[in-house]
Amino acid sequence: MSRPARDSFIELPARERARVLLDPGTFRELLGPFERVKSPWLPRQGVVAQADDGVVVARGRIGGENAVIAAVEGAYQGGSIGEVSGSKIAGALELALRDCERGRGVRPVLLLETGGVRLQEANLGLAAIAEIHAAIVALRRRVPVVCVVAGLVGCFGGMSLAAALCSRLIITRQARLGMNGPEVIEQEAGIGELDAMDTREVWGLMGGEQRVATGFADVLMEDDTAAIAAEVRRAFDNVPPPRSEQVDAWSARMADIDAQHPPEPRTLRALWLRGEDR
Amino acid sequence: MSTPTALSARGLRWFQALTGGQQGLLPDITRTVRVADAPIGREHARYFAVVPDAENRFPRARSGEVGLDEAWALARQIRRTIAEDRGVEDRGACPRAIIAIVDVASQAYGRREELLGIHLAGAAAADAYASARLAGHPVIALLVGKAMSGAFLTHGYQANRILALDSPEVLVHAMSKESAARVTRRSVEALEELGRSITPMAYDVRSFASLGLLHTLIEGINADAPGMDDVERVRAQLAAAIADARAGPRDLSSRLTSQAARALRSASIEVRRRLAQSWDVP
Repeated sequence: MSRPARDSFIELPARERARVLLDPGTFRELLGPFERVKSPWLPRQGVVAQADDGVVVARGRIGGENAVIAAVEGAYQGGSIGEVSGSKIAGALELALRDCERGRGVRPVLLLETGGVRLQEANLGLAAIAEIHAAIVALRRRVPVVCVVAGLVGCFGGMSLAAALCSRLIITRQARLGMNGPEVIEQEAGIGELDAMDTREVWGLMGGEQRVATGFADVLMEDDTAAIAAEVRRAFDNVPPPRSEQVDAWSARMADIDAQHPPEPRTLRALWLRGEDR
Repeated sequence: MSTPTALSARGLRWFQALTGGQQGLLPDITRTVRVADAPIGREHARYFAVVPDAENRFPRARSGEVGLDEAWALARQIRRTIAEDRGVEDRGACPRAIIAIVDVASQAYGRREELLGIHLAGAAAADAYASARLAGHPVIALLVGKAMSGAFLTHGYQANRILALDSPEVLVHAMSKESAARVTRRSVEALEELGRSITPMAYDVRSFASLGLLHTLIEGINADAPGMDDVERVRAQLAAAIADARAGPRDLSSRLTSQAARALRSASIEVRRRLAQSWDVP
């Protein structure tokens, strides 16, 4: 029996990803490329500044409810977070919070595909990421904040913390989630620590499947646009307390780890999921 | 591979100076996270520091990095503080001030750190600090040494107010100089030169202050061997920042309103202004 053809979500650019997650015909971009709010810092370093700075903010509806999506374009500067792109994400979340405080519901969704801070804007990227963290924590008290990590760039650096702060984390098999990218670990700690070229090892540590199997993400998805859109619509119902608040449970898991002889990824799955419902 | 550098003693030194010589060791947490209460003005504040420990059970967190145990310990201790003060406002008191003494070289880079989810540990600590701020605790970060990247996001960057000692060893950045040089294939000298023309690329705290992210740059302090006068001056600045935080909103908006922010973070402000303008269908 042949399976129905799937439309790839990962192959879509950020703008189209946002469009397909919103109810048909409701996509409206804010601060789009024609407004030309670009990085003030890249041209001074000989880098061409893209007109949307690599983040698409779109309003529309999800499941009939008002929504806002901030989608990072992984193909531009590695999805890196600069002053403008980071402020677009933080600003969108801050406005969603303002609406919620005024009794107007907004469903916020983050589509993260990013290596973290844009090094050419270092401290202003880092500052924006701290503001994104602050906004997620404040907004999450009013409405679930849903995050999708889909593409091959993965989600790293300070933005991996942003993903971990969200109420619900949807991840694909192709994506990776971690604070330090494999190249950085290899460079800082040596190839004996981690061989960044060993894709089996890297995905085994931080790939979507492992992250769901060890409780760091909620739902594992195939690269299928319709399925991901349906999952995002479902994600706002019956959301458990965010994992970054589950401090005692995670601390207990950590206390049981032998730091000198840590378990292998497969063993960790069995260790942590025994008798748990997540 | 990174070369080991001398362990910074500044975090512990300032922790002890501000808490009347306490070690801040708690039986149920790692030796790398220090917690103590100490008087400031007419109230008590709770101080937090992350310090090096050459015998840390995680080898990649022995030089003052924020690793798994450090981040989870911070998250637990901050949440404990929030729980202890829950409801104090009904009794006419204020939630305690939380002071994060920041001297953190980096997050811990390692295979086991990623396997065990250092990103979630860091998120849990940032979440706890942000939740404390939202619960009405004035959260103040005092930068006495390095405030680097994921380590700073985990410990300090969620503060209502950020203060720093004006010292050449106080550095703020998204990546250590040595790592950034390797990644960008530039020399450390070339990076420093770049920082002189591109302010957000600079490491020094005076450049950081010019971005409008700092509440107070405390000048003229002996950062390595503070005398009683130095400690008293810093304590007075902390007390002023606590009062200022209590009088203001519980979010991070103060980082966008200073004169300096209007100059060098104009894009951050403009993006928010234009998003707000087009938020609702015209």
